[in-house]
Amino acid sequence: MTVTTAACAFGVVAVLLVILGFITYQGISSVSWEFLVDTPKPVGEGGGIGNAIVGSLILLGLASAVGIPVGVAVGTYLAELGGNWFGKTVRFVADTMIGVPSIVFGVFIYGLIVVRQGYFSTLAGSAALALIMIPIVARTTEEMIKLVPNTMREGALALGAPQWRVTVDIVLPAAMAGIATGAMLAVARVLGETAPLLFTAFGSRFYNIYLDEPMASLTVQIYHYAISPFEEWHAKAWAATLVLITLILGINILVRFVTRRRF
Amino acid sequence: MGNKIEVSNLNFYYGKAQALYDISLAVPEREVVAFIGPSGCGKSTFLRTLNRMNDTIPSARVDGTVTIDGRNIYAPDTDVVSLRRRVGMVFQKSNPFPKSIFENVAYGIRINRIHQNKADLAERVEKALRDAALWDEVKDRLNESAYGISGGQQQRLCIARALAVQPDIILMDEPASALDPIATQKIEELVVELKNNYSIVIVTHNMQQAARVSDKTAFFMLGKLIEYNSTQKMFTSPDEKLTEDYITGRFG
Amino acid sequence: MLYICAGSVLAITLTMVVAMTQSSWLSIKEFGLGFLVGQVWDPVKGEFGALPFIWGTIASSVLALIIAVPLSVAVAIFLVEQAPRSLARPLGFLVELLAAIPSVVYGLWAIFVLAPLLRIYVQPFLQSLFGWLPLFQGTATGIGLLTGGVVLAIMITPIITAVTRDVLEAVPVTQREASLALGATRWETTKIVLSNASSGIAGAVILGLGRAIGETMAVTMVIGNRPQISASLFDPAYSIASVIANEFTEATGDLYISALTEMGLILFIVTFVVTGLAKLLIMSVANRNLPQN
Repeated sequence: MTVTTAACAFGVVAVLLVILGFITYQGISSVSWEFLVDTPKPVGEGGGIGNAIVGSLILLGLASAVGIPVGVAVGTYLAELGGNWFGKTVRFVADTMIGVPSIVFGVFIYGLIVVRQGYFSTLAGSAALALIMIPIVARTTEEMIKLVPNTMREGALALGAPQWRVTVDIVLPAAMAGIATGAMLAVARVLGETAPLLFTAFGSRFYNIYLDEPMASLTVQIYHYAISPFEEWHAKAWAATLVLITLILGINILVRFVTRRRF
Repeated sequence: MGNKIEVSNLNFYYGKAQALYDISLAVPEREVVAFIGPSGCGKSTFLRTLNRMNDTIPSARVDGTVTIDGRNIYAPDTDVVSLRRRVGMVFQKSNPFPKSIFENVAYGIRINRIHQNKADLAERVEKALRDAALWDEVKDRLNESAYGISGGQQQRLCIARALAVQPDIILMDEPASALDPIATQKIEELVVELKNNYSIVIVTHNMQQAARVSDKTAFFMLGKLIEYNSTQKMFTSPDEKLTEDYITGRFG
Repeated sequence: MLYICAGSVLAITLTMVVAMTQSSWLSIKEFGLGFLVGQVWDPVKGEFGALPFIWGTIASSVLALIIAVPLSVAVAIFLVEQAPRSLARPLGFLVELLAAIPSVVYGLWAIFVLAPLLRIYVQPFLQSLFGWLPLFQGTATGIGLLTGGVVLAIMITPIITAVTRDVLEAVPVTQREASLALGATRWETTKIVLSNASSGIAGAVILGLGRAIGETMAVTMVIGNRPQISASLFDPAYSIASVIANEFTEATGDLYISALTEMGLILFIVTFVVTGLAKLLIMSVANRNLPQN
């Protein structure tokens, strides 16, 4: 039996290595400085993903600026005060929202923002990503805060600290490393999202910094390159994927090592 | 000398389970009272009713009165935060904050805004550390993490932290149970020393410790106060048969 | 403050249901429940039926589960019960890394690696063995339900594995010791552990199902995107998430948009219910095995 299960385990890991290996093999030859800074161009004229990288960073930055603080606040509430029915409901709903497909958030934001404004925009894309981040950050924050020993809370309470100061002065600093880890993982997760951006941020062939205009992103750019009929663009899809996957796995592995040293 | 704490007819419940039955007892000013009894007898629970630490447990419920300096701490208008400032607590396992040694002691001073300026703050921290007999050991590394010192030193740091906010009462929940004999001895000496300025209630499972440090001793069993007498009498000729059996080691 | 933030989670969820219902009202009013069983999807004529997409979603998800569940449970058993800790940790981490790979990357890989692989080797092989079954008839193009199911299987394996692993780890060591002390072999002991954790594993499987139902990009890129109900795994199909991804930006006319939004609403409700159910099952195991004192 052990042979079978071990084969399954190593088989799954092999799939991972094959995928990563293939991305590197296919992508590495097309990655160049020009590729990293150029905007997309018609077939045969080169072009790159510079605007998509910047776009992803802007979308992500905006989404994080909303999603992380709100998520941390929700998680803090759940951990410190969430024992009542309200807390239980919020926890359950947050858990369940993590399982809701990301494209649904895109559809929702489309109806809420894009239709009303009449155009695709960075703002809409970031809003969709922020909605995806909130429950993820909330749940990891809660787990991390719960790891802070209760004796530490009691120590502060016994000195005459009000509840909110205990949370702000003692609990949150003690859990900070873990919360940052969770936030980073959430960032990595939405960095890889495509579906919610398709009809919110839409995509763009230009460098752009305006919040009320369509915005390029790495993932949507990969999608467009991938489903095109041109060999040359396929090569670009692989190269862009190599960049994306390096960022995402880099964050994941980094976080893994940082947390292992901590606990 | 008058009574610092007076408890009358106190009942305590965790949800439906009753943990304390009709406890009445008084803690005199500037004396040490020890609570002894087998584990699970309610002595720690009772200790935590004296600074309303049990409020943090959602299903906990109290009836009866606890007065400190004549005022009922369970009255609706009681400010729990200022109550806890006046009633310091030291826990079974030392629980320093993830901050420097200095900041650990300074924390309570800061949140209660006791200090006037930075120099005053430093002075108060030093005094608290001296009172906790820790100053000489840590004065050169005040800015290092509190986790870098030994377990016994951490516990005295927690005592210093409690002293820094100038309470009148100090509650100690088995403060030496996790320490080695030498560290324990230091804590015990400290308790006797602190008696000059504070009323102290100490929970202990170590009867010799109770005999060494306390003026009065209360014996709890199964949530009931069996006997409360001067320590001398408790350990020589207790009134109750149960107390005698426990002290002579027939059970527990 | 925190209270308001926490409430925002509920508010967002409610707003999503209400707003999406509102946006799809046109379609709901026009087609009613017939939307769910309508087989024709013809934007030009303004006729919208969701059945082909529901079929494509269910078929690809079930296919994914058939592949992923035994695989994931085996991996979890290996990691928890058999592998030494020094091996289980890095292996577990690598399996989790699979979950970190974005959907669009799976899609890219599936188009250019998996699909040709299936077309050239696997599909002819299946056809030669089981060609008499309707499941394996038709032209092997590499693009279709089978490829969608396989890529989905790879994508949900890390999720099912991770949850199953947690559930198995929640079974107290004392149970294993009790079984071993009765003279049971390791494999017999593992079976006892599995039966103890069965409802949690069911939760893991349902959680995987929820993911598979809503998975968008990878499926869109390989399932073929043809709204038809065919018995053959080799034929193209279409899933709910895929049709939204493909047609939303190009949809013209209020009814068209409305119908697509209703698809999104269906997806939302179904995945919400499925995931909620999974969480309840997983929680039931975790609670049962709480240390008692």
